[in-house]
Amino acid sequence: MLEPTSSPPPSIVTLADQCNVIRDKSSAATPAATVQDDAPGGRCNVLRDKPSASPTTAAVIELRVRNHPGTMAHVTGLFARRGFNLEAIVCVPVADGATSCMLLLVADEPRLEQVERQLAKLYDVLTIRHRQDLTREFFTRLGPSAQSPTAV
Amino acid sequence: MKITGAKLLRILLERQGIRTIAGIPGGAILPFYDALHQSRIRHILTRHEQGAGFIAQGMARVTGKAAVCLATSGPGATNLLTAIADARLDSVPLVAITGQVSQALIGTDAFQEVDTYGLTLPVTKHNFLVRDPAELLEIVPLAFQLAESGRPGPVAVDVPKDVQNATIDVRDWPEPGGPTPAPACPDALIDELAHRLIAAQRPVLYLGGGVIASGATDLAQALAHRLSAPVVCTLMALGAVPPDDSLFMGMLGMHAAKGTNFLLEEADLLLAIGARFDDRATGKVAEFCPKATIAHIDIDAAEIGKIKPAFHGLVGDAADILRRLLDRLPQQRRPAWRARATELRRTHPLHAPPCADQPLHPVNLCRHLGEILEPDTVLTTDVGQHQMWIAQAYPVRRPRTLLTSGGLGTMGFGLPAAIGAALALRARRSPDDGGSPAEGPALPVRRSLDEGGSPAEGLALPVRRSLDEGGSPAEGLALSPAEGLAEPGPRVVCVSGDGSILMNIQELATLADLGLNVAVLVFNNAQLGLVRQQQELFYGRRYEAAHFASVPDFAALARAFGLRGLRLNPNRDPLGELSAALAAPGPCVIDIPIHELANVYPMVPPGAPNRQMIAEPELASTHA
Repeated sequence: MLEPTSSPPPSIVTLADQCNVIRDKSSAATPAATVQDDAPGGRCNVLRDKPSASPTTAAVIELRVRNHPGTMAHVTGLFARRGFNLEAIVCVPVADGATSCMLLLVADEPRLEQVERQLAKLYDVLTIRHRQDLTREFFTRLGPSAQSPTAV
Repeated sequence: MKITGAKLLRILLERQGIRTIAGIPGGAILPFYDALHQSRIRHILTRHEQGAGFIAQGMARVTGKAAVCLATSGPGATNLLTAIADARLDSVPLVAITGQVSQALIGTDAFQEVDTYGLTLPVTKHNFLVRDPAELLEIVPLAFQLAESGRPGPVAVDVPKDVQNATIDVRDWPEPGGPTPAPACPDALIDELAHRLIAAQRPVLYLGGGVIASGATDLAQALAHRLSAPVVCTLMALGAVPPDDSLFMGMLGMHAAKGTNFLLEEADLLLAIGARFDDRATGKVAEFCPKATIAHIDIDAAEIGKIKPAFHGLVGDAADILRRLLDRLPQQRRPAWRARATELRRTHPLHAPPCADQPLHPVNLCRHLGEILEPDTVLTTDVGQHQMWIAQAYPVRRPRTLLTSGGLGTMGFGLPAAIGAALALRARRSPDDGGSPAEGPALPVRRSLDEGGSPAEGLALPVRRSLDEGGSPAEGLALSPAEGLAEPGPRVVCVSGDGSILMNIQELATLADLGLNVAVLVFNNAQLGLVRQQQELFYGRRYEAAHFASVPDFAALARAFGLRGLRLNPNRDPLGELSAALAAPGPCVIDIPIHELANVYPMVPPGAPNRQMIAEPELASTHA
């Protein structure tokens, strides 16, 4: 379910990529004013040049990571240490389990680009991309309201 | 043939060209120490793990190559943390190896167990917990590759005791890890920057430590002169440009010369190279270089725009980018801008009382050191007023000759870093004692153990081994200073304060072991001077915990460690005595009484824009 199957061509950011590590290269090259919202939770999230519609505007980042103990700590530790906001996180192993797919729900703010560049520096992070096909809803569906009320 | 994980680790380090490791043994790392017993790796036994970390840093900062420090689990590992964090903030390549309790005991609150992996995670470039000896074959070369590639930094490798004791059959050996080239910056970005630089009227180069790390100092100087652009340096970049260069404006920021910060106010283009817009350099960021567009060259993409939006961001190796940039730039004259820089430098000199009146005024002291020390002398500092006086008044003439804790600002850095620097310089003189992997014997790739004997023995040069046997005493005889005195190496100077030096004073014992040519200069004002200065200027002179009720007799302290120690008498040609003490070979501690109320001026209040500089009180009225 977490595998991207029908999403639009993502902008892949690899470790080899550089400062032009921009989540959506087409929008970065386009003046902000001309970019239209394609759909709710869609392109509008990419814009940083104008004030967010609401303070809770969220973005979803997908990481492909090496799957070993410690990777989760590296990723979440980065957010805590640099004072970035991390609202939700989902992690599942991919294929043979050598790598995992992490989906991060983060606040869409100007610093998001900095977040992504810092994530790209982590050795265990193999690729980063912006999942414009996913919204906060994806995570809330996994939340307690959708689950059977099992007490922990 | 089977070997233990400990021996495998040792061989992998030998193959990396490591000849010297600083550390302290303990239960969880003893298998590795046992493996060191027959190695040509020389172990420097320090008196505190932080000292080991900073000795490794001293070696790394002088050579640019990753150096290794070693500690046991628990307190050994936690004691290393400060040195690791320091290396992280100053981008110093370091490989920190720690023992860990056996995996069966991990998580049980075993004796000397601490989560070293978790503790080192936020202060390293990357860290490893080794779970199987076979992993060492990948992790050790990778640790060196990560430490030295791109923006350098520390890597921690935590090795549980059972991994050290386990046996493994090694057939194929990995190639040693080393720096990998950074991806090239696209031509189009360099073209665009070249056009911008040509169009600029008042460009300034803002150099950071990355210029030195990339070996781009000559190119940066060439660029400055091609553009007729004045150069400002961060603390970490001092030495990148000779202090007598006509375009050199010194350090920028909190303790810059006034003219330097004023020049930045006027700049219309700021080209940052390997600098990270640290708050001590920028002051209030929103008002830093208010008229300038920002161009930024850095090997770390995350630095571009991290603090200040950069109009042009170029990611790549500074040397490569500057070389290609120079190809695109014709000679620029800019006589008015050059004249303006000269004028600002001339009208805002660093003030100090006449040397004849106050020879031990810190600025006069630093200038005197600049006169008597060789241009390639390595000078380390601790952290505080003395560090800023050195940055202001000591002429750092060559890259990698000023070693200082810039980012983390760690008091206690100076003495062990000086020991590490002296070790590296001595090794450079006599390659048998150390040297870089490149200078070592060519490594047979994929060497098989089946060829007989241990790979280490196969790799060791016969000459080297015989020298080791004849020249230096065994590790067990480390108390004899004869080892070092035979070849003390070039003079290394540690400028410290009476506050900082006590934070790692125990390493005087290590210095006595080695007999290295390290001189420790204690700028002694019986204060935490920079704290006192801030309380004086910004906290209504409410002095709290800035003054030491008692100060040790540092000369006697040195003698207690078996070192030469003296205290300068302000009334009896103190500078002459200082020169003589530094000229005499061997380690020494020189206690220098300075005025207890001397302050570092100018000073930008923390958080204020750089144009708001506090001048020396008695000078403010006449030079306002």
